[in-house]
Amino acid sequence: MTAESVHESTRPMPAVPADGSAPGPHGTRLLSGWFTTGRAADLTDHLDRYGPLPLDRARRGHASPLINAVEEAGLTGRGGAAFPTARKLQAVADGRGAAVVVANAMESEPASAKDATLLELAPHLVLDGIALAARAVGAREAHLCVARTRQHQVHELHAALAERERRRVDPLPVRLHELPHHYVSSEESALVRWLNGGDARPLSTPPRPFEKGVGKRPTLIDNVETLAHLALIARYGPAWYREAGTPDAPGTTLVTLGGAVRHPGVYEAPMGAPIGRLLAHGGGPSEPLSAVLVGGFFGSWLPAEQALPTPFTKQDLAALGAGPGAGVLVALPQRACGLAETASVLAFLARNGAQQCGPCRFGLPAVAEDFAALAFGRLDPDGLRRLERRVGLLAGRGACRHPDGASRFAATALRTFAADVERHLHHGPCPAVHHEPVLHVPTGSVPGPDEWR
Amino acid sequence: MALTRSNEQSLRLDRIACEGHGACAELLPELLSLDEWGFPIVHSATVPPELAAHARRAVAACPVLALRLERARP
Repeated sequence: MTAESVHESTRPMPAVPADGSAPGPHGTRLLSGWFTTGRAADLTDHLDRYGPLPLDRARRGHASPLINAVEEAGLTGRGGAAFPTARKLQAVADGRGAAVVVANAMESEPASAKDATLLELAPHLVLDGIALAARAVGAREAHLCVARTRQHQVHELHAALAERERRRVDPLPVRLHELPHHYVSSEESALVRWLNGGDARPLSTPPRPFEKGVGKRPTLIDNVETLAHLALIARYGPAWYREAGTPDAPGTTLVTLGGAVRHPGVYEAPMGAPIGRLLAHGGGPSEPLSAVLVGGFFGSWLPAEQALPTPFTKQDLAALGAGPGAGVLVALPQRACGLAETASVLAFLARNGAQQCGPCRFGLPAVAEDFAALAFGRLDPDGLRRLERRVGLLAGRGACRHPDGASRFAATALRTFAADVERHLHHGPCPAVHHEPVLHVPTGSVPGPDEWR
Repeated sequence: MALTRSNEQSLRLDRIACEGHGACAELLPELLSLDEWGFPIVHSATVPPELAAHARRAVAACPVLALRLERARP
């Protein structure tokens, strides 16, 4: 995400209805400072608002009050997998020897801007989360990984870290790292591999990073939004955290709304709200919708009438073959061609694999090519059957989940846009393929072998 | 029961190391096949005792050591 698009996503946002579902100003938590002051929080703002770092609550081990609080709060990871954060904390705390904490701010998902927005508006909540998590798991090292392409963000974070060092806030220095910015470089084993001196490309697992990660030590890798929520739970406790959201999806979450919504951008919303209500945070649909892309390029297409009433929880979305991902929702207007949008994204995913495993080297490019023929050219029924077979063979056959994500993306497109598939098969491309695409798909070629370090 | 379980073995494929030579599927077609580019599709990772010898041969035949046999995890 460039500084320009961050700026766009953080322009003045409409007030969130104060429906009592969340206790902060305007119902927000992570972004409450922004709503109050209208500017990014520096360390003085941050300490005035939240008080000092409650390090005493973050003792290591089984009796760690912080891990217990995170468990009771029901916090789940905001990087895409929605894994219970307390379980990961405990696994690393139980590991042998000094642990390592890695905060993941890579945000390689092109449709997401929430991590960059959070780091710009409330960097000290994230940095508090790193310090608290490090204490809770007994870490002697803490790393913050960002994309090398975001020099504005790097500059701001260096300044924030310097300010904390000057005022002796952190018990442990946080090392800021600039990694190559590729789609799969945000995957957790890619961070470990890079921090260990290798390429920012995924590794075969097991061992998982929590068992053997940076320097072969137990390593906690959490998304930066997850760590910011943790910093608030450490201060205000699990009961406060659960005042927002639903019992099975507590708290708030950052979402990036895009496509045909009146005010695209990053919003903070209660977890578990129906997708239609989340879109309403951005002013609602700007025109009639055909589908919603849930979870970004690593996500799923759902028909609009199915998506809008569905609660934004891992369980409700799983029942539809989708997941919350990193909180991306893109509203597709009826005038757009879902097949053309999908073909562009699949071409991006094919270019942006790590080029390590068979499915990403051969299967995914073949799927992208078939899909392009379906969307923009001609594909006969035999070609469609071949495409469906190839899509089915991507999942579960790579070292990381990149081919799985591409498979789900393609499969849900074929299902959601089934009527369009029939029309394209029999009549060729629809007129909408010539319109400007709704999804902004980055261009660029396959990274060279020397571009991963 | 516990004894027989611990003797069960499972296949583990290193997808990054694999170069698609295809020897494994040749020697163990009961559990593995190849996609159209010659990369393995694992139909079942659990190796039944009667296939253990074939599985060992498939592992030994991989020129890049991408296939391993592990004791099945309970």
